[in-house]
Parts: sequence; structure tokens; C-alpha cells
Amino acid sequence: MNVLLDHFAEFRNGFIGTVEITAVSSVIALLLGIVVAGFRVSPVPPLRAFGTAWVTLLRNTPLTLLFLVFVFVVPEILFPGMSPFVLASLALGFYTSSFVCEAVRSGIGTVPLGQAEAARSLGLTFSQTLRLIVLPQATRTVLPPLSSIFIALTKNSAIAGAFSVTELFGWQTLMSEQGYAIIPIFLWVAAAYLVITFAISGLFRLLERNLEVAR
Amino acid sequence: MSGVSVTKVSKGPVPATDDLVVLSDVNKHFGALHVLQDIDLTIRRGEVVVVIGPSGSGKSTLCRTINRLETIDSGSITIDGKPLPQEGKELARLRSDVGMVFQSFNLFAHKTVLENVMLGQIKVRRTDKKAAEAKARALLDRVGVGTQADKYPAQLSGGQQQRVAIARALAMDPKVILFDEPTSALDPEMINEVLEVMQQLASEGMTMVVVTHEMGFARSAANRVVFMADGKIVEQATPDEFFSNPRSDRAKDFLSKILHH
Repeated sequence: MNVLLDHFAEFRNGFIGTVEITAVSSVIALLLGIVVAGFRVSPVPPLRAFGTAWVTLLRNTPLTLLFLVFVFVVPEILFPGMSPFVLASLALGFYTSSFVCEAVRSGIGTVPLGQAEAARSLGLTFSQTLRLIVLPQATRTVLPPLSSIFIALTKNSAIAGAFSVTELFGWQTLMSEQGYAIIPIFLWVAAAYLVITFAISGLFRLLERNLEVAR
Repeated sequence: MSGVSVTKVSKGPVPATDDLVVLSDVNKHFGALHVLQDIDLTIRRGEVVVVIGPSGSGKSTLCRTINRLETIDSGSITIDGKPLPQEGKELARLRSDVGMVFQSFNLFAHKTVLENVMLGQIKVRRTDKKAAEAKARALLDRVGVGTQADKYPAQLSGGQQQRVAIARALAMDPKVILFDEPTSALDPEMINEVLEVMQQLASEGMTMVVVTHEMGFARSAANRVVFMADGKIVEQATPDEFFSNPRSDRAKDFLSKILHH
């Protein structure tokens, strides 16, 4: 018990850090994932190729390796002086975007082809068709897999702790170094993660209920 | 040869003639299947052309090539003098002038009936919302579903949905409307309400290409019947000529199968 009361300020900072990196990289992953999914179903071959390369590269790279590249290589070449928080959020966001892309693409596949054909027959462009007709109808199908993806993202954010980002799992390292018993530390960390992941699944359940489409 | 050069008087954009849709020497394959074979077909402004034929004869494919929902392998298709462009903004603009009514209605499931009819006007024609709504309501009244405007497509009967789909096509003020088996997915008692709307359109001078199995409609509304079989246009004639005196054996065979029972 003592470990939490003695070091509550650090624990709170870690919790806030995890929430922040989760939120920022979720937004990055969601936006990029939707755009890249659009690329992958686009009629323009170079965009399709880019989308496929993006997913293949990011999905198949171990996340730790991606963190290494973003935190140590990217600032050397591209953006010197960028904070570890931003770099870690980008790494996690890019990585997760490949999974979001594939979930969105599977959702696009569930919308009957006739919907897009009708939209294009009216003279809507490809991107209008995707934005106004296909994606809104794909949303509900995509929610359950997205919920899992964002929960995975939350837990993946623990790796950022190893790259000098303040987050929950880092608190565990800090406390065990100070000689506190390991089991209570892990229980408190686990409880904090549960708060975040339950909040995410709750949010998605709410969205699902509100997005019922009659067919 | 000299006679040919004399006819080529004008250069540049083809002058607007009475020929609205021109398919020449169109070929298309689905894998090994040669679905459209050397199709030549001209549809004049104001004409109602009904395409009939056994299933698998390529009539739906023919209809879908006209607004490039299906691409063609060779040949050319022009609409109002302009050849069909490649996928992109230009094609989108051209499609907005070519209405399409599908067998399975394809109303946007997440939008109300009214929104379905307003969408193209607002997003493609850039009409302001008020005008688009007024026009949509007028069109829905015209096809007899004005009272359903605020419902979702799934709440309507098939016949009502198809009439909404016709209103959606009309909202773009198209030069021609393509009907791809518009009544084939309907219960028998709903076929007539859709055919009546189409009949009315035909009598008002709308240019229409109708792929259908409704011989009654072909007889009463068509200016010309195009009979297709095995990817080819076998015969073209006025409805009277075609139904009372078909020339080809293929057409005789087809008619004998559908007209006697």
C-alpha cells in the first residue's frame, strides 16, 4: 500500500503521461489510418501502392525497433530537438495507423458495392463517395476492431517509458529500483491501465449503440 | 475517297446533333467471356430504347458501359459528342448528366429519402440547400412518394424505393437516364407503379435506355427495341415490328419462350 501513498505524485504523472500519449497517438493513428485506407481502395495505382507499402512496412516492424528509429534516428536526420513525447507519439501513431487502415478497409468492404456505384453515377468524385457514402456506413462495422486496436495501443504505450517519456510503466521501474515489493507495484499499474482501457471500451460501446444503421 | 473528305466539314468539338449516345465497335471481355462483341448503337435525343434479351446476353453490361461503371476494352462511347473520359473529375461531371436507376435501387441507406434526392444537387451541382429541398420534394411528389420524404430507404417498399431512385436521378436534370432492370427485384404488385412513372417520363420526352424483361413496357413506351443475345445486337426494330414479325431465329426463339404462358 505504501508504495502508492509514498509516491502518489509520480504515479499521477505517469498516469497522465499514459493518457496523453494514448490520446495523441490515437488521433494520429485514426486520421492516418482512414487516409491510408482511402489510398488502398483508390482508383489511382500510385496511391494504392503507397498504401500497401505503408501497411506492410509499419505492421511488420517490431514496435520497439520503430521506437528506436523514431527516437534516435529521426531527430538526427529530420527534426533535431523534437521532444521524446512527440517522437514516441508519432512512432506509436504510425504503427497503429497500419492496423486502423486494415480495419477501416474491411469496413469499406462490408458496404454494398451498389452504394458506391449509385454515388458515382450521380457524379460524386471518388473522395466524395468515400467520405459521404461509404465511410459513414462502414463506421459501425469498424468500431469493434477499432476498440481492440486502441486498447492495444494503450498497452503498447508502455514501451515509450523506455525512451524517456513519463508514463505509467516507467513508474514501475522507478519504484522497483527503490526497493518496493514488486507485486503491489504491478497491481497498481495494472489497475491504472484497466481504468484507461475500460474507458475506451465504454466509449466504443456507446458509439456502437448510437450508430445503428437500418437496412 | 473524295466523298469521304467532303463530309468532314467541321473540326474541333463535334457539333451537337440529335445523336446523344453513340457506341461504336465496343468490345468487352470478362476474362475469357466476350460479353460485348462489336456493339454499334446510337441513341437519339428524346428516344426510348428498350434492350431485351436472354440473361447473360450482355444487356446490363451494355447499359453500365454508357456511364463507365464498366470499362470497355476497345471501341468508343460518346455522350452528347464527348467521348467518355478516364476516371476522374471529368468523368464525374459527365456522369452527373447521365442518370442511372439500378435493379437493387441502391438508395443511400444512411440518408433519408429527401436527403437521397438532395445529395447530388448539393454536392455535385452546388445548388443551395433550400432550392435543392424544394426540387427534391417536388420530384418526390411527382413520383408519388412525397409523404415518405423523411423516412429511411429501408422503411419503404421496393416499389417506393425504386421511385425514389428515379427521383434521385431526375434531380440532376440528366440528358439521358439508364435503367438497368428497374423492376426485376420487385414484387409483382409493385412493378406497375414503377412502370407508370417510367411511362410518364417517356411521354415527356426523356431520353431513356431501358434494360428490362417487361415486354408490355417495351410495346407501349419504346421507340425502338434492341434485341441482344450472346454479346451481340441481333436485331433492332420498332416494337410493333419486333413483336409481331421478328426477323432473326434467335429473337423468334426468345419471344416464343416468353410470350406464351
